[in-house]
Amino acid sequence: MRCWERPLIEIIRLSVNGDSHEIGVPSHYTLLETLRYVLGLTGSKQGCDKGDCGACTVLLDGLPTLSCILPVQEAIGRQVTTIEGLADPDGPHALQDALDLTGGAQCGFCTPGILMSAAALLNVNSSPTRQEIREALSGNLCRCTGYTKIYEAVELAARALREQRPPAEVLRS
Amino acid sequence: MLRLHPYEYHRPRELEAALELLKEHAGDVMPIAGGTDLVPNMKHRLFAPGHLVALKGLPELHGIVERQGEIVLGAAESLSSLADHHLVRSHLPSLARAAGAIAHPMIRNQATLGGNICLDTRCTYYNQTFFWREALGFCLKKDGDVCHVVRGGTRCVAAHSADTPPILMALGAKVDTASPEGVRSVELDEFFIADGIWNTQRKPDEIVTRLRVPLPSPGLRTSYQKLRERRSVDFPLLSLALAVGLDGDDRVESIALVVAALGAKPRRIGGLETLAKGERLHDELIEEIARQAYRQSNPLDNIIVDIEWRRAMVPVFVRRAIREALARP
Repeated sequence: MRCWERPLIEIIRLSVNGDSHEIGVPSHYTLLETLRYVLGLTGSKQGCDKGDCGACTVLLDGLPTLSCILPVQEAIGRQVTTIEGLADPDGPHALQDALDLTGGAQCGFCTPGILMSAAALLNVNSSPTRQEIREALSGNLCRCTGYTKIYEAVELAARALREQRPPAEVLRS
Repeated sequence: MLRLHPYEYHRPRELEAALELLKEHAGDVMPIAGGTDLVPNMKHRLFAPGHLVALKGLPELHGIVERQGEIVLGAAESLSSLADHHLVRSHLPSLARAAGAIAHPMIRNQATLGGNICLDTRCTYYNQTFFWREALGFCLKKDGDVCHVVRGGTRCVAAHSADTPPILMALGAKVDTASPEGVRSVELDEFFIADGIWNTQRKPDEIVTRLRVPLPSPGLRTSYQKLRERRSVDFPLLSLALAVGLDGDDRVESIALVVAALGAKPRRIGGLETLAKGERLHDELIEEIARQAYRQSNPLDNIIVDIEWRRAMVPVFVRRAIREALARP
């Protein structure tokens, strides 16, 4: 029997947002399908589902990666961070606050991907220029076309993190 | 939602084991590296192998080093590590630029150099879902027997759309491959063939292991130009790579100009050595090179963008490439 006549279920161990999960997944699942349909983490969005839109962006060992075209086995032994793991227990990440304050999240569908790309940028560059932000977010499409507000949000969050103040306070000053 | 077909995913830890798997499942297996080209294609049911052999975990395919007058590039290195690597940036700046211009940051983190070399050709009538292709009665490249680009055409004209091959060809790179039959090395020029259905000499059980680029001489100037509608995400509508060697007196010693994304294989513009050798690159000569390139470039309607525009940009890019190459130290 050819294997595609009956999907194989593989038992794998995934590390997502610091939690280790031992799960059974069909061997042809992408990381995105595993996150959404096996682990119930529906924050990462299924947009174009073929690597064009960036809505499914997660961090794989800190690097922004498209989970919709990543075979789930490629995430074994690596640290996966999704939008659910961005905030800490005390409250939202500065980027999430900033996006709210500047009106950068409109319909919200691209937002999880944008936040992951922006978080990866701020992890390696604490004061990015507008051009660097544009580059880093160039794989995340926003069809509400709210890009300007999104860039402003990343700039605000970067400043808030540098000054160790909440974005709302930075905005008022 | 685009579902993948069921398959078995193998993650060998050494090249030998990978080749063994390719041999064992011959006819129903494909190698996969970054998967940024293959996975969307599988979602479109363009390929449906029962087994995938992952190459990213093979140590033999990693590393970027300088060795015996060559820069050796591991095929499983990601495009972002290629674009950022100090050896590539200092010795092969136009390659770094070409790699950095591919798609967008997430794709570059996943996609590999070897995968870019082996990128499947692209066409409006091919890169579509099964539903879409079926509605049109399929095409020559996949599942059908008519070409929607060339009426009555019997040869597939899907476009070679990778960014690194043009500049690697201009730099005289070689491809090293491994298969169950053994290893071999071919000039990148010969690696590509003018057949849109399968545009490389690579056999189904053959793996690209390394690219080897001769260390450029101090007088070598290069440039890479890419035409696209958006500055991110898009495949090239036209790409052009130039490598020109100048002597101490700024006279041309060697010149290589490669134009791609117009047909099934990158095209090396011919007749330039006789035209330019021993000359300085003055305005008149630049115009003559631009005319030659224009005459030898014949795009087809394989991408939804005006073909006249794509052709008219060839001389524009030749001028830009030469000016940029001369301006760079």
